[in-house]
Amino acid sequence: MDLLIVGGGPAGLSAAIRAKEEGIEKVCILERNTHLGGILNQCIHHGFGLHIFKEELTGPEYAQRLIDRATELCVQFELNTMVTDLSSDRLVTCISPKGAKQIQAKAVILSMGCRERTRGALGIPGDRCRGVYSAGTAQALVNMKGIMPGKRVVILGSGDIGLIMARRMTLEGAKVLGVYELMPFSAGLKRNIAQCLDDYDIPLKLSHTITKIVGQKKLEGVYVAPVDKNRNPIFEEEQYIPCDTLLLSVGLLPENELSKKAGVHLSSITGGAVVKSDLSTNIPGIFSCGNVLHVHDLADDVTLESYRAGSAAANFIKQGNPGHSAIKFIEVQPGYGVRYVTPNFVQENEQVELLFRSDGIYRKPKISIYDGDRSVKTIKKLIVTPGEMEKIKISTEGMKSCTVLIENSE
Amino acid sequence: MQKLPKHYDTIIVGAGIIGCATARFLGQYNLNILVIESQDDVSCGASKANSGIVHAGYDCYPGTLKAQLNAEGAAMYPILAEELDFPFKTNGSFVLCFNEEDHHKIIALYERGLTNNIPDLKIITHEEAYNLEPNLAPNLHSALWAQKAGIVSSYEANIAFAENAAVNGVEFLLETSVINISQKSKEIDSAQSFTVETTQGTFFTKTIINAAGLKADIINNYINDTTETILPQRGQYYLLDNAHRGFVTRTIFSLPGSKGKGVLIAPTVDENTLIGPNAEDSNDTQTTRSGLDEVLEKAKMSVSNLPIHGRITTFAGVRAKHASKDFVINEPISGFFNALGIDSPGISAAPAIGKKLAQMVADKLNPGLNPGYNPGRLGIKRFSRLSFAEQAALISENPQYGHVVCRCETVTEAEIIDSIRRPIGAGDLAAIKRRTRAQMGRCQGGFCSLKLSEILSKELGVSEEYIWTC
Ligand SMILES: Cc1cc2nc3c(=O)[nH]c(=O)nc-3n(C[C@H](O)[C@@H](O)[C@H](O)COP(=O)(O)OP(=O)(O)OC[C@H]3O[C@@H](n4cnc5c(N)ncnc54)[C@H](O)[C@@H]3O)c2cc1C
Ligand SMILES: Cc1cc2nc3c(=O)[nH]c(=O)nc-3n(C[C@H](O)[C@H](O)[C@H](O)COP(=O)(O)OP(=O)(O)OC[C@H]3O[C@@H](n4cnc5c(N)ncnc54)[C@H](O)[C@@H]3O)c2cc1C
Repeated sequence: MDLLIVGGGPAGLSAAIRAKEEGIEKVCILERNTHLGGILNQCIHHGFGLHIFKEELTGPEYAQRLIDRATELCVQFELNTMVTDLSSDRLVTCISPKGAKQIQAKAVILSMGCRERTRGALGIPGDRCRGVYSAGTAQALVNMKGIMPGKRVVILGSGDIGLIMARRMTLEGAKVLGVYELMPFSAGLKRNIAQCLDDYDIPLKLSHTITKIVGQKKLEGVYVAPVDKNRNPIFEEEQYIPCDTLLLSVGLLPENELSKKAGVHLSSITGGAVVKSDLSTNIPGIFSCGNVLHVHDLADDVTLESYRAGSAAANFIKQGNPGHSAIKFIEVQPGYGVRYVTPNFVQENEQVELLFRSDGIYRKPKISIYDGDRSVKTIKKLIVTPGEMEKIKISTEGMKSCTVLIENSE
Repeated sequence: MQKLPKHYDTIIVGAGIIGCATARFLGQYNLNILVIESQDDVSCGASKANSGIVHAGYDCYPGTLKAQLNAEGAAMYPILAEELDFPFKTNGSFVLCFNEEDHHKIIALYERGLTNNIPDLKIITHEEAYNLEPNLAPNLHSALWAQKAGIVSSYEANIAFAENAAVNGVEFLLETSVINISQKSKEIDSAQSFTVETTQGTFFTKTIINAAGLKADIINNYINDTTETILPQRGQYYLLDNAHRGFVTRTIFSLPGSKGKGVLIAPTVDENTLIGPNAEDSNDTQTTRSGLDEVLEKAKMSVSNLPIHGRITTFAGVRAKHASKDFVINEPISGFFNALGIDSPGISAAPAIGKKLAQMVADKLNPGLNPGYNPGRLGIKRFSRLSFAEQAALISENPQYGHVVCRCETVTEAEIIDSIRRPIGAGDLAAIKRRTRAQMGRCQGGFCSLKLSEILSKELGVSEEYIWTC
């Protein structure tokens, strides 16, 4: 096998498409689900594809465009196939009802997506009753199975899935009592706050958290409280809200258990692989893209990034490791106000797009790229928030180091 | 509702590990036995929310029932785990001592262990301890090493006892509470010696075993003029992702000190790390911020670099304590047997308690042997624990083993189906979890619960909507 791709969401599909377009013969996607498309299958709202397809598509429509193109290019698919192991020399172990197999690949692309952070990971105290779901699980329940988990809903966390689900549950007849966000700013896109909360008069309570979950067998209610600036609950202002459903939209975590088995280095901030600008990892011939690399807001961003991973994997297959050792890499450092930047390394003398997220809200800031003390590029923004990924294109010509930072915010 | 006979030789109240271990040992006799349980599954009380330690037995005061039954029970575990195919491991335990002045306490524990006939105890230096467990906190002085201490999946042991009892003819009536017990005749061989009223009708029995855990006082007080009181004491825990496997490989206890009793840090049989419990007077299984904070603070006194960011869940269990601080196993009324105050080391002692109670019943009723008795049980085959070649062979036999449903713990469709179809099979998502580990991993069922409800719905012939909203 030339190229094995783990995960058939938009990332895996796009990477496969590009590798095929660049002439790689044997490209196969291994997907554990019964269908391709990944998380997009449960995102039945529109808003996908404005950038790439110049249309507002639903998630499943978006996925279908990619699936059609991949089919046209004769990408192979193995569905119901779970990759259980990956070695650093690219031996892939997988399991399906057809059997347990090991396949040697010339290159591997990791595109396993992410999972949702859970109640347990947050450690919210209280009863362990039914009725507490992560927002994505509820999304699948409502959109794929037509089952409404409840009628009076509280949402913790203002991630995009939570915002989308606030609208979805409302449209399905539930009362969404409020979205409670620990931070003083929302984790989701501005457009989702407007279209999913404001349009339906759903309150967004910033700097609030849930302090206790109550319910004998099924959820009966939650306690909420505002938090102080150290994010500790102010218990004097705690309030009880009767509800039968609590949705958690408190963050996505890249699913890199497999990557770890291959020895791929992971970033302690994103939980995704440490990559160079061609999306290669520290392990030769293993690439990473999509949500398993870092969490994206938009499927289009996933697709564009994954095209690049597909292209880089194609190069690797054609030329072997294209003398990576001869190429000089510069480490990209997050500076003031920046939580993380990807890629982690850029080459000397390339045109490259840096993607990053801020660590808070900055109004009218400048985003600057520095090489030591030398300013390489500066752009002005009206606002930068952690909920929206920022992008900046630079040329690395002559750069010895690279730092991205936020300056002059009001 | 199943149609059950009305008359029994023995009724066991409570399907925790004590009730089920007793049922398992009674299964060897030719007796009609019924286990009645309030919850919708076995192992829903303290037996599913505890530390899962098979204590070596040095800790209990010599001469107590706890000391005797802990030592006996712990010695039975390795054999029972083979026979009934449940996860158990002899991993050893440390009691840590952080200063010279406390060293005499370690020596005292060691000597108590010798009195209790506990094998393979050893006092080790801090160097030896750090060599074996590199993540112990600094400034350790010495430790007591109990090499025979073990860990067990207490709910899987509980389920294994129950399944084996069921196969040997013991009946189980779930979702049914005993609400009164009375006695018509004091004659033991009278067929209607005890009348047991439940939420699903009345039953008659020659003997009763009270294994009702936290409610064992209430059951006793229905019939015994000497009333009893159970004191509930809650303990809370953190559970860490098995990605941090090996953080400790032995169970780490601390000496009781000026800050009260410490908490333990232990691996589970599934390679997660368990941290807890604290002790507070409470009758419910809620976790609290202050309780969890206390657990964390105390754990940090025993270990360094605790990867608490890797927590995947928190939970609490409630101990059923008796004022005597000992187990109370007695027969206050002829044919009525109590297992009261079975708090820690109740898991460790469960096989010995079950065997003892079964013997007490047998002495009373003089039953014949069950001709078809089968002491063994095969558990659900754990796909994830097999080698690649074994996995491949299994899939070619049954392709449902090739369908991974729970991605975090690699649990296959075949295992899920097995869990539903076996005796006292899983009837809901939580019951599947305790039997297969599906939903027990880092995503806590976020992905697989949807697939599980599909399988459950097909197997049980109920709608998925019912499974999610009942
Ligand atoms: C619950 C959820 C809801 C979302 N909702 C929205 C939304 O409403 N709008 C929006 O713009 N974005 C949404 N997103 C964000 C997301 O960015 C997507 O746009 C995009 O689906 C990410 O693509 P991906 O291919 O990286 O990951 P995914 O779409 O998650 O695809 C990964 C695929 O890999 C497979 N896989 C993983 N591990 C293995 C393995 N070991 N073996 C075989 N197969 C494997 C998975 O089954 C899955 O199909 C959502 C994300 C999540 C998690
Ligand atoms: C925090 C904690 C940590 C522990 N750690 C350990 C340890 O590491 N090692 C160890 O050896 N032991 C430990 N223990 C002790 C151990 O868990 C218990 O001793 C053991 O589980 C008791 O089992 P049981 O069957 O008596 O009780 P349970 O498992 O509580 O079962 C009693 C059952 O009776 C049922 N019932 C009650 N009333 C009625 C009624 N009226 N009708 C029908 N059914 C009824 C209940 O629903 C319940 O299912 C710990 C306990 C706790 C709480």
